[in-house]
Amino acid sequence: MRGFLSWNVLSGILNTMIGLATPFLYAALGETFAQSSGVVNLGVDGIMLLSAFAAFYVALTTLSLALGLLAAALVGLAMGLIMSFVSVTLKAEQGVSGIGLYMFGLGMSSLLFKVLIGTVKTVEGFKPIAIPFLSKIPFVGPILFHNDILTYGAFLLVPASWWVLEKTSLGLKIKAVGQNPAAADSVGIGVGRVRYLSVCIGAVLAGVAGASLSIAQLNLFQDNLTAGQGFIAVALVYFGGWRPVGVLAGALLFSVANSFQLWIQVLGVKIPSSVAVMLPYLLTILALTVTANRARQPAALNKPFERGES
Amino acid sequence: MRVKSILVAAAFAAALAASAAAAPIKIAVIMPSATTDAAFSQSMFGALLAIQKAQGGESAIVIKYTENMFNVPDAAAAIRDYASSGFDIVIAHGSQYGSSIQEIAKDFPKVTFAWGTDVNTYGLPNVYAYTAAAEQGGYVNGVLAAKLTKSKKIGVTGPIEVGDAKTYIDGFVQGVASVDKSITVSKTWTGSFSDVALMAAAAKTHIASGADELTGSSQSVVGSIGAAKDSGGVLWFGTQADQASLAPALVVASQVYDWTGMLKDILAKRKTGVLGGVAYTLTLVNGGLKIAYNPLYKLAAAVKAAGDAAATGIAKGTIKVNP
Amino acid sequence: MMRPKFDWAKVALNVLLPVAGVFAALFVGAAMLLALRVNPFTAYAALFNGAVGSKFGLTQSLVKATPLLLVGSGICIAFRANVINIGGEGQIIVGALMGAWVPLTFPAWPGWALIPLTCVMGFLAGGAWGFVPGILKARLRVNEILSTIMMNAIALQLMNLLLQGPMMDPEGIARGTFLAQSAQLPKQAWLARLVPQTLLHSGAIIAVVLAFAAYLLLWKTTIGYGIRAVGLNPDASRYSGIKVSFYQALSLTLAGGFAGLAGAIEVIGVQHRLMEGLTSGYGFTGIVAALLGGLHPLGVIPASVVFGGLLVGADKMQRATQVPSSLVTAILGIIVLFVSGAALWSRRWTAQRLVRQGLAAERLESGGER
Repeated sequence: MRGFLSWNVLSGILNTMIGLATPFLYAALGETFAQSSGVVNLGVDGIMLLSAFAAFYVALTTLSLALGLLAAALVGLAMGLIMSFVSVTLKAEQGVSGIGLYMFGLGMSSLLFKVLIGTVKTVEGFKPIAIPFLSKIPFVGPILFHNDILTYGAFLLVPASWWVLEKTSLGLKIKAVGQNPAAADSVGIGVGRVRYLSVCIGAVLAGVAGASLSIAQLNLFQDNLTAGQGFIAVALVYFGGWRPVGVLAGALLFSVANSFQLWIQVLGVKIPSSVAVMLPYLLTILALTVTANRARQPAALNKPFERGES
Repeated sequence: MRVKSILVAAAFAAALAASAAAAPIKIAVIMPSATTDAAFSQSMFGALLAIQKAQGGESAIVIKYTENMFNVPDAAAAIRDYASSGFDIVIAHGSQYGSSIQEIAKDFPKVTFAWGTDVNTYGLPNVYAYTAAAEQGGYVNGVLAAKLTKSKKIGVTGPIEVGDAKTYIDGFVQGVASVDKSITVSKTWTGSFSDVALMAAAAKTHIASGADELTGSSQSVVGSIGAAKDSGGVLWFGTQADQASLAPALVVASQVYDWTGMLKDILAKRKTGVLGGVAYTLTLVNGGLKIAYNPLYKLAAAVKAAGDAAATGIAKGTIKVNP
Repeated sequence: MMRPKFDWAKVALNVLLPVAGVFAALFVGAAMLLALRVNPFTAYAALFNGAVGSKFGLTQSLVKATPLLLVGSGICIAFRANVINIGGEGQIIVGALMGAWVPLTFPAWPGWALIPLTCVMGFLAGGAWGFVPGILKARLRVNEILSTIMMNAIALQLMNLLLQGPMMDPEGIARGTFLAQSAQLPKQAWLARLVPQTLLHSGAIIAVVLAFAAYLLLWKTTIGYGIRAVGLNPDASRYSGIKVSFYQALSLTLAGGFAGLAGAIEVIGVQHRLMEGLTSGYGFTGIVAALLGGLHPLGVIPASVVFGGLLVGADKMQRATQVPSSLVTAILGIIVLFVSGAALWSRRWTAQRLVRQGLAAERLESGGER
């Protein structure tokens, strides 16, 4: 453990944490919108995959990262519309339809990758931008203020989501629909429309999460690029108690634990690697037992709404 | 009436002519991951395509493939199906397919089965086994890395400590130690063959801790290579496939699995009536393993010489690399 | 008011709708096949042929159906309590760990003792893996989606830990191949093969028996009544003294047990050793099978056979047409989307029918007074 707690190591852990947390933040904050209105979308991973591919392919062929990002958002929107249609209009069992969406995204992304590209290639993705002055602050500066634009966006999304959900009429409607759709319906809020909107917001953000992987962090696409991160993101919404701040805490906890376990391995601490890899998941469960989240789950979560039913 | 009989005769003659040409050899390959994985599966698939091209294309060799067969009973069904559909050679390219081969090969004595990576042919006359002595290229890469490192710290990003990932990395560590025992080689295992983001984070962690060179194995190392590229100066040593294209300025060398020699031998043996019974090992000696030096990286002549010396030593047997 | 004892019309609808959903999805799939320049008719003919066209295909469909049926039956139990169990992958893994560990630890025991013990241990291990999210939900109101996702990852790493270390096949170590698998299980622990030259094993029978057991549990016992009451109306259940959290935790534990048993049976029935990648996504496809079966254990029996056949046929389709396997995954996803969406019409139809029945009964009563 010699030198383990040096500043160098600590800053390294925090630096890696920021990078790991970015896709979780986009996807989980997006899912927070969807779930706040009462819809569980388990297909987030599939959306991330297909959008990651779209962003990569467009960036590769047009050499424009902005277009790539746009493509990811549009693909996310399309998947969001599919999910809304199946879960809100057709009132499907949401857990199952989400899995279908995931399988579709996984299959389509691999299929298009194989047919259109066929081998692993790289792109020049979003590069880190140092914010003048702030990035020179000792220790904190290089960690917080020297990141690529999508990473900045992910963290700015936290207060932005909070503001939308707590301080705008849209947010109020979303939460009303999630808590008591019948009451919301009776005062004239279009339950279906609000749910469509929130699911699509979530899906677009999941698309950006995918782009953050393929054209910012990893700068490539490969089969199953996300390796299940989308599911972790959904889990983080529950962890965060449907509050953006809570989601941030969950994303950071999970990411710092992952970063920490990698450092443990690099520094040669004698723990079996599999145990180290387990650490973030064990820590999350432990954190749950300790914090015993009493946060109010949207009462209508996972229940399709039919006018005339209660 | 006469026109019809002429047409029939013409068709008959054409059919005769067509069948007189040699029937193409049909090869089927079953793989546990995608053909685009830039690693294990792609190396075999690429080798098959190369052989097909060299021997005359689709009219000489027909190749059918099934990928992403990580479910063993599904793979068994695929193996059996190809074998019973008139395929001459069925390649089960994954160590998990062993017991399926053992069961199925008995039922199709005229079909050649090849599987890897392992050395067990189950005593069956129509089964080949193959493996790659990945530790050999690992050793050579280790020697090169040891000679090139300035910070005396090297990072290894591995998936799970099994199979040729383990043997390659063990060889690499040995190679480094043979040059300079004071160099620190740090190993991380991500617990997954496909988690690219975690692999990239592992690589970044190595770099942040002072490593100026990286190596690793599995399809997810593309993440590590990306991290090396982002750092601007960290060198990469590859295995399973030539990874130079992913970071042209920073990849020093890659150990390449070249299955074509083995495949040619299997085809040739088949012509003489031998359908199996040999365990192949890709080594630096028989050319199954090649060290592909990246032409875009200016490697000092002395360092290359050290690498070549190591390779020769292994080939001669004077250097023993324990997997 | 009259109520028919067995609603044939409803059953028929519950069968037809998923089928219609499947066909609609295959139609979309045909469009994708055309885009890849593959003839959809040849492709789907191969699919059908692969599933039912040969002895091997039929038995293979049953082989795949076995874990689907076990996992699916467990999912039904959980769903009836309104609990989503997506922890199947982890529960299968720990069950499979038992499936290998027990025979390897007691290699001298006879088969008639070893096999039942292995199955029981597999069930218990999976049950434990379902119990943890269950108790977290009951006591601390931790959502089961969160905890099961974490438990899945932990189980996977646990298996990696064992396969890289104490459970690695000694033969692999001796030969220097270090394969990610355990030693082969002693032969008396292998489940009997039902049809020679195929992979069909007696685990299929165990699966059917357990599906019936799930049915009996849910509809013929007080526990089952509690589970269903909690799922249909938790508030009313609480009022009448039924402990909601207890039944939710119990249903998760049982679902975990079923999945664990599926894992153990896959090991002793098919692969005869523990191998990486054995779950093959059954933790998720089992949910699909449960859905196709109308969330009723007896319905999951034919549904898992059909779904198993679909998976086997899809592989054959891939071999015959050489389309990428990812296309098959995408089409399966579309099937799930369509079938889950089709359920709406069943509910609407049922609701309207109940209304009509109610009106008819009213008229009957008031008509008698005229």
